[in-house]
Amino acid sequence: MKTVKRATYVISPILLALLPGVAAAQDGLNSGNTAWMLTATALVLFMTIPGLSLFYAGMVRAKNALSVMMQCFAITCLVTILWTLYLYSLAFGADIGGFVGGLGKALMAGVGVDALSGTIPETVFSVFQLTFAVITPALIVGAFAERMKFSAMLWFMALWVTLVYAPVCHWVWGGGWLSGQGVLDFAGGTVVHINAGVAGLVAALVMGKRHGYPLHPMKPSNLVLTAVGAGMLWVGWFGFNAGSALAADGIAGMAMLVTQIATAAAALTWMFMEWMSHGKPSALGLVSGAVAGLVAITPAAGFVGPMGALAIGVAAGLICYLAVVRMKRALGYDDSLDAFGVHGVGGLVGAILTGVFVDAGLGGSGLAEGVSMGAQVTKQFIGAAATIVYGGVVSFILLKVIDAVIGLRVTVEQEQEGLDLVLHDEAGYNLH
Amino acid sequence: MKLVTAIIKPFKLDDVRQALHEVGIAGITVTEVKGFGRQKGHTELYRGAEYNVDFLPKLKLETAVTDELAEQVVEAIQKSAATGKIGDGKIFVSSLEEVIRIRTGETGAQAI
Repeated sequence: MKTVKRATYVISPILLALLPGVAAAQDGLNSGNTAWMLTATALVLFMTIPGLSLFYAGMVRAKNALSVMMQCFAITCLVTILWTLYLYSLAFGADIGGFVGGLGKALMAGVGVDALSGTIPETVFSVFQLTFAVITPALIVGAFAERMKFSAMLWFMALWVTLVYAPVCHWVWGGGWLSGQGVLDFAGGTVVHINAGVAGLVAALVMGKRHGYPLHPMKPSNLVLTAVGAGMLWVGWFGFNAGSALAADGIAGMAMLVTQIATAAAALTWMFMEWMSHGKPSALGLVSGAVAGLVAITPAAGFVGPMGALAIGVAAGLICYLAVVRMKRALGYDDSLDAFGVHGVGGLVGAILTGVFVDAGLGGSGLAEGVSMGAQVTKQFIGAAATIVYGGVVSFILLKVIDAVIGLRVTVEQEQEGLDLVLHDEAGYNLH
Repeated sequence: MKLVTAIIKPFKLDDVRQALHEVGIAGITVTEVKGFGRQKGHTELYRGAEYNVDFLPKLKLETAVTDELAEQVVEAIQKSAATGKIGDGKIFVSSLEEVIRIRTGETGAQAI
């Protein structure tokens, strides 16, 4: 993917793989790239199951631990089937008006053993992209955890990936309208994180607070699991960011380096903020900061240098800390596990700062010809705003419709009993 | 016969068990409990959500003893469970009407 120069108006290398002319210019299958992409794909799936599942399960109360794990796992299965049937085609099929892909690739048509996407098999490209389509809705689970009906969750996720994820993915990576705007999103800060964060915020607002929030204590059931899950997310994220180079090359290497730096910087920043304001550093704060850093470096990974990563990490740690600890409490909404506070806000921080630190003078790979930093930041805003408005509105409509038809929430009694027993006839923990 | 019930700090269990063993107690029952007394609780903070934890973990020990042994048992617990700080717990002594060993059907002091 050496042709992926920042000078081209390209959102990410993923787009390039889809342009027929570029694909034809490659020398067929590259086994080094293919080997790395097979690995990266497994790493990204590892982020959702079990990484994110554990991260979330540890943060909810013991009576709901299994429910969030099951939601993440079921989403993985559901999205895989929908991807096979039509989602891959909606995202990466032939462009229709810049908005969505056509159904030419439905039922994986044409995705055979010999089909190539750039220098890797299209099968690998498709599964790699699928793992992104899996983790995005799974991230939203954090916003409505501990109160949503499982059936309503399945309906919402099926409709959301169809009507929100697939189009937005197409806009940015599938040759849609945003890809011609010069918006920089290397690995999915906008498509994945802002998108999931906004849907989460809308879901938290539409569904309302958990019963008893914020007066009753809602203590995390097992922060050891949360720390384990956060570690798995970090490791898996190398597949997410470095894999988004779609090649085993220098860009992938730099993406890996800056991912490591930003994550550590954000984790320490959050930890020290807490230490200063509360008097003690916490494990939950440390790992939350790490995830905020991972989110923020995602759009920037292939474009910024190590010093840019350091700055993005510190900014993400600081701003996400304030969003989660201060803003959520001040505004009073109940984003249970901070899907918006970490992914929405962190995604925004990353999207905007990518436009700053891509500058060659700041160690980045350089702005496109004739584009000033101010102009690039404006483009970044447009990309984020389009996703926020479209995703926010469609998510709101979907939630309202599902609420009217089958209801979104469990009853107060069921909520008090806990979703594990009430919805699944199981207990996450049978320790006695 | 007396039923001696003691609420103690969890980390004192081994000391108390040793002391009871020395006065000749054959068996005790231990339960993990929570409660509050004069000892203050603590604060927990999760992503900015601050919770005051008033109920502290304690252990409840129960042992049935003969009237003659009751005083020694109480003394043994009192000495071995003490740290001198607030929160060391309490000992309750109550009359015990009957004791039955399930395996043999023995009753009274024989069953202790």
